[in-house]
Amino acid sequence: MSAAALVLRGLSKEYAKGKPVLHGISLEISDRGITAIIGPSGTGKSTLIRCINRLVEPTAGEVIFGGQDIAKLDRKALRLARRQIGMVFQEYNLVERLTVMENLLSGRLGYVSPLRAWLRRYPPADIERAFALLENVGLASYANQRADSLSGGQRQRVGIARAIMQEPRLLLADEPTSSLDPKTSVEIMSLMRELCTERAIPVMVNMHDVELAKRFADRIVGMSDGSVVYDGAPGGLSDEVLKAIYGGEDWIA
Amino acid sequence: MNAAATGVREWRRFTAGQRVARFSVYLVLVAAIVASARAVEIIPEFLYDAPEQMQDLFVRMWPIAFYHYPEGVHAALVETLHIASLGTILAVLMALPIGTAAAHNVVPNRVVNYFAKLLLVSSRSVNSLVWALLFVAVFGPGALAGTLAIAFRSIGFVGKLVGEALEEAQTGPIEALAAAGAPWPSVISKGYWPQVEPAFWSILLFRWDINVRESAVLGLVGAGGIGMALDTALNLFQWPRVAMVLVAIFAVVVIAEISVTQIRKRIL
Repeated sequence: MSAAALVLRGLSKEYAKGKPVLHGISLEISDRGITAIIGPSGTGKSTLIRCINRLVEPTAGEVIFGGQDIAKLDRKALRLARRQIGMVFQEYNLVERLTVMENLLSGRLGYVSPLRAWLRRYPPADIERAFALLENVGLASYANQRADSLSGGQRQRVGIARAIMQEPRLLLADEPTSSLDPKTSVEIMSLMRELCTERAIPVMVNMHDVELAKRFADRIVGMSDGSVVYDGAPGGLSDEVLKAIYGGEDWIA
Repeated sequence: MNAAATGVREWRRFTAGQRVARFSVYLVLVAAIVASARAVEIIPEFLYDAPEQMQDLFVRMWPIAFYHYPEGVHAALVETLHIASLGTILAVLMALPIGTAAAHNVVPNRVVNYFAKLLLVSSRSVNSLVWALLFVAVFGPGALAGTLAIAFRSIGFVGKLVGEALEEAQTGPIEALAAAGAPWPSVISKGYWPQVEPAFWSILLFRWDINVRESAVLGLVGAGGIGMALDTALNLFQWPRVAMVLVAIFAVVVIAEISVTQIRKRIL
């Protein structure tokens, strides 16, 4: 049994008072492997992921990461904690007018002083790692191209590389393949699995594609209506379980 | 009429209430035109002989006093360009921090936002000529007063547009940088700045273009530049020289316009 990289205890979020989106979620994410969160749209998957690095402020509960409760950190400490958590987004969220290289290096902004970043004087070690990562994700010849000239799949590769640049101890991915075609989605998931297994980075990923989740995840958490209704191996996702997560049964082939 | 009974379905773009409202707008427009025409008290005799007067003016302006350019116009023209350029640069230096403070997504503090917007509005609500009058009173006549007048009038313009560009920046990349633990100054320089950069240069060039035109008239109130030459020539009724100055202003404005268009094409 490996140690937990992240522990959530009673995590709740209410955007409007009295209307909780998350109902006291408690989860333990182990320090390796891919955990996929599946569930219907609007069930709070994205809110859950965003509460972990507080892009969304949780209303109640604990987020224990690296021995501290992220939910209680002040701004400065939160910023330092965020450096250890990489994040990949559905819409890639690259800075469009910057080059691929600068987008990768912006993963290091938490470690590089604002002045050095502004002058583009990144530490040579960061630049070296960025080049190596670009080769890993198959974009070595794109270093000086602007991000807005890339295709969706290429952009997400840059997005993953930027997150890995942080050398994170946890990678969060919010619907990383939902804007991509099925073939590219598989490529992106393979890439994410490969990079994170090599570096022993645990991954927590939101997905709405059940088949893709089964294929890549080591563990599946099924959410419905802001609560966890399934937590186990991909093999345990029976039709009964899927019915409990998504409701209805006509859609199950 | 009952639609079901006639079998013809009626369609109207506007409801009865909207039609009345639209009609009232036209009514108010006509009333406003009539009211203002009466207020300006046009004297018919002056209106009738205006074409004659114009012709007379042009005759007196001819031939244009090109010989006057080297001694009386050139230096003033260059000074005008200096006033416009230096004024624009000063304005940008002051407008960038104020415009940033006005953008609520960059500086999430209502009080700071409103204070910054107040500064921007007060800069814009005063015309450059009025700013020039103020600065001539403080610093005496000359190019310094003109430069400051241009700068202070432009702060509001540049600051407002930069602030709006910042507010329209996409939140996704900003979120990504914040999630990576980037400090606030880095989020600005690597997240916001690349997004507003084209808008920034465009605003800067546009304002410089406006400032070239505005600084040409500042001399009328003693704030330096080619307006001084124009004022002198007008006061002495030296119409050929007036024509020379007007031609010079026109040429500079056209050249500024062309160069701004060319530069904008290159950088965007």
